Amino acid sequence: MVEAPTILRIYARLIGARIRSQVQYRLSFALNMIGTALISFLDFAAILVIFEQVDALGEWSVAEVAFLYGISSVTFAATDLAIGHIDLLPEMIRKGDFDLVLVRPLGSLFQVVASDFTLRRLGRVGQGLVILVVALTQLEIEWTAGRVGMLAVTVVAGSAIFAGVWIAFSTIAFWLVDSLEVANAFTYGGNFLASYPVNIFGAWLRRLVLFVVPLAFVAYLPSLYILDKKDELGLPRALQFASPLVAVATALAGGLLWRVAVRRYRSAGG
Amino acid sequence: MIELEGVEKTFTVWRKRGRLRRERQVVEAVAGVSFTIEAGALVGYVGPNGAGKSTTVKMLTGILVPSAGRISVAGLEPSRQRIDLARRIGVVFGQRIQLWWDLPLRESFELLRHIYRVPLERHRTNLTTFIDLLELGPFLQTPVRQLSLGQRMRGELTAAMLHDPEILFLDEPTIGLDVVAKARVREFMSTINRERGVTVLLTTHDLADIERLCSRLLILDHGRVIYDGGLEELKDLYGHERTLIVDLEEPGPPIEVDGARVARVDGPRQWLKFRREDVSAAELTAAVAAKARLIDLAIEEPDIEDIVRRIYTEGTPQSKP
Amino acid sequence: MRLWLALARRGYQRYAAYPGATVAGVFTNTFFGFLQAYILLAVFRQRESIGSYDASDAVTYVWLAQGMLMTIYIWGWYDVALRVRSGDIATDLYRPVDFQLLWLTQDLGRAAYHGLFRGVPPFLVGALVFDLRLPSDAVLWLAFAVSVVLAVCASFAYRFLFNLASFWLLDYRGVGVLAMVASTFFSGMIIPIAFFPGWLETLAWALPFAAMVQAPIEIFLGHARGLELAGLLTLQLGWASLLLLAGRAVFAAGTRRLVVQGG
Repeated sequence: MVEAPTILRIYARLIGARIRSQVQYRLSFALNMIGTALISFLDFAAILVIFEQVDALGEWSVAEVAFLYGISSVTFAATDLAIGHIDLLPEMIRKGDFDLVLVRPLGSLFQVVASDFTLRRLGRVGQGLVILVVALTQLEIEWTAGRVGMLAVTVVAGSAIFAGVWIAFSTIAFWLVDSLEVANAFTYGGNFLASYPVNIFGAWLRRLVLFVVPLAFVAYLPSLYILDKKDELGLPRALQFASPLVAVATALAGGLLWRVAVRRYRSAGG
Repeated sequence: MIELEGVEKTFTVWRKRGRLRRERQVVEAVAGVSFTIEAGALVGYVGPNGAGKSTTVKMLTGILVPSAGRISVAGLEPSRQRIDLARRIGVVFGQRIQLWWDLPLRESFELLRHIYRVPLERHRTNLTTFIDLLELGPFLQTPVRQLSLGQRMRGELTAAMLHDPEILFLDEPTIGLDVVAKARVREFMSTINRERGVTVLLTTHDLADIERLCSRLLILDHGRVIYDGGLEELKDLYGHERTLIVDLEEPGPPIEVDGARVARVDGPRQWLKFRREDVSAAELTAAVAAKARLIDLAIEEPDIEDIVRRIYTEGTPQSKP
Repeated sequence: MRLWLALARRGYQRYAAYPGATVAGVFTNTFFGFLQAYILLAVFRQRESIGSYDASDAVTYVWLAQGMLMTIYIWGWYDVALRVRSGDIATDLYRPVDFQLLWLTQDLGRAAYHGLFRGVPPFLVGALVFDLRLPSDAVLWLAFAVSVVLAVCASFAYRFLFNLASFWLLDYRGVGVLAMVASTFFSGMIIPIAFFPGWLETLAWALPFAAMVQAPIEIFLGHARGLELAGLLTLQLGWASLLLLAGRAVFAAGTRRLVVQGG
């Protein structure tokens, strides 16, 4: 096993060259990043348009929904920045480049994820942060040490949940190399979903995002605690603190599924 | 160093039957292969397309897991110890690039130093040697995507050797290269084998590669080893028939000469097959020239496809009576 | 005539060759459809109606939009730009077929495939689960069909135009993404234009994107009748024509530049 600092150093070098070439033209890069931020803002614009017509969505006010959106956006965008290029997997498999990955003394997941890097996606993270901060100023939160801690934990846990989900669904490419788009429903779709209060969704979907693909733990459940909001679904209070555990479990599940998938790829011949 | 025993690999392929139905087909890519390669050997691995060469190499390098049999490479089991094995072997695929597409060569090498954890001094020494040997100097700073095929292959070879692997696997390294580049690649393989004792397994279609480099030759066909021995020995046993292609001044009936038979006639061109034991090329040419006016001629050696076909039709190896 | 049919078929086959991708796409469309439907239903729990939309209209809207996403194909299409970048465009210019019409015909073939296999299935799922509003008479169905065809033409013309940016820009993708996301928003794909605040709604209808998604949906929902219906179809026809003509002009300029520069 390669030790952690070496992996970080290798990762830094791998993406370092790409970052350097991307920021080469400062102005162009800055514009690109702003463009990215604006584009992702349109998702929030949809929320604003909705709240022009009503003043609550499933008993959540605009500032509260903005809070959900902010958390979901920041965590998803961060994960996208880190591992988003896992979507290169189908092409790697088709071209035979995945075999080359297997010949190197590094983990295969790491190599796929580190195969590219797009710095301007930081714009999305920035956009999410801005909305999150603005939402916080509009909300009257009774800040306790617990709530502050929970906010910090939520951001980390949310990213880990998205990462686990993303990796897990990406393994579809090993079975059905053309059908990776299914993952989009739970990654990009997951981001969309987590920006809204879960109680507005149909029963089957609520169960799905609570027990199967735990997107409800990214923003909704922790927010109930941070915002001290009544849970319309009447779920056990403990779940509001469960996101770190769920994050670890999801990330592990994703990693495990990847190992299984690679093992199968090596047995079946790809 | 490399040991295979009864290795098999079967694939399940789904063939389309009509619009919706799929038919399951079992393909035996490797049907029981056994051989041993000692440290320091330079062995050629040949066979027609679809023989199972790439599949074997993939199993040896840890990419694929065998369906049956035992494999040991550098004392390790490739399917279980992929990462440990990866540190001790080098791999070069003729048509795939392992180097990073948009990084300059030098940076790729530096990156590999970290990935393979090569001590700085050792890396520096190796790099200097290979830069010299393969003349990489002029394009060290060029991004890989801007290099020519020959330059890329030289970069690939260096990349594969920088971490001092014990074994080097090459899959069609000379494909698509011009004559000069091919010579360079062969020279490199020969040097590292001779001077560093690197075990080399060279998979190739190019018989000339084998002729120039390998003492030993493994022929694979339909997933089985049908020959394991020396090249000259092979030619003696099977490479009997050569072909003399003559261009006559004008079309005519098939030329009759002792020791040769006309296999084909196409206008003024005739193909005469002869055996090296019966008559030499020089003698035959003279005999033909005596019978008809020649404009041009060429001699074709038996290629690996012919030899393989012969081996198959003749069954188990037998020396000529 | 046979040539055009063959071209259309070629466009159709190209996407029919990847059934796996189509099924995956339908899955994703359907999932997003559910999300959007639930969100709008939550909105309509607060209000009876917004503009001429009630809950049933809104949910029907969602499933139509998802169905039309790939049929209209508002974003993500770079075929022409890729040909320009690779230089293959040079051989295209020698062909005796009009370049723009060639691609338009192929796109119509593609739209046929996507309409059938990525448009209908999500809508059927939506119809099974939710209470959707369907056109009440044959005239509306026919008008809807015509409207969709016009929408595809307008969308194609728009895509064709910004693909042409590749004649001048190396980073045509960057421009493309910006243009496309704006088009997605203003076409009503995310939120019905009818829900926009007044000034934004006016702006949306002034842009060509409304003609690509919102217009057919309005017709389907029966919000436009008689003169209004004719008006919508005319608007679509107008935009399609305008964008196609603009495309021809820009293409001519682009190829001139190409020839002068030597590719």
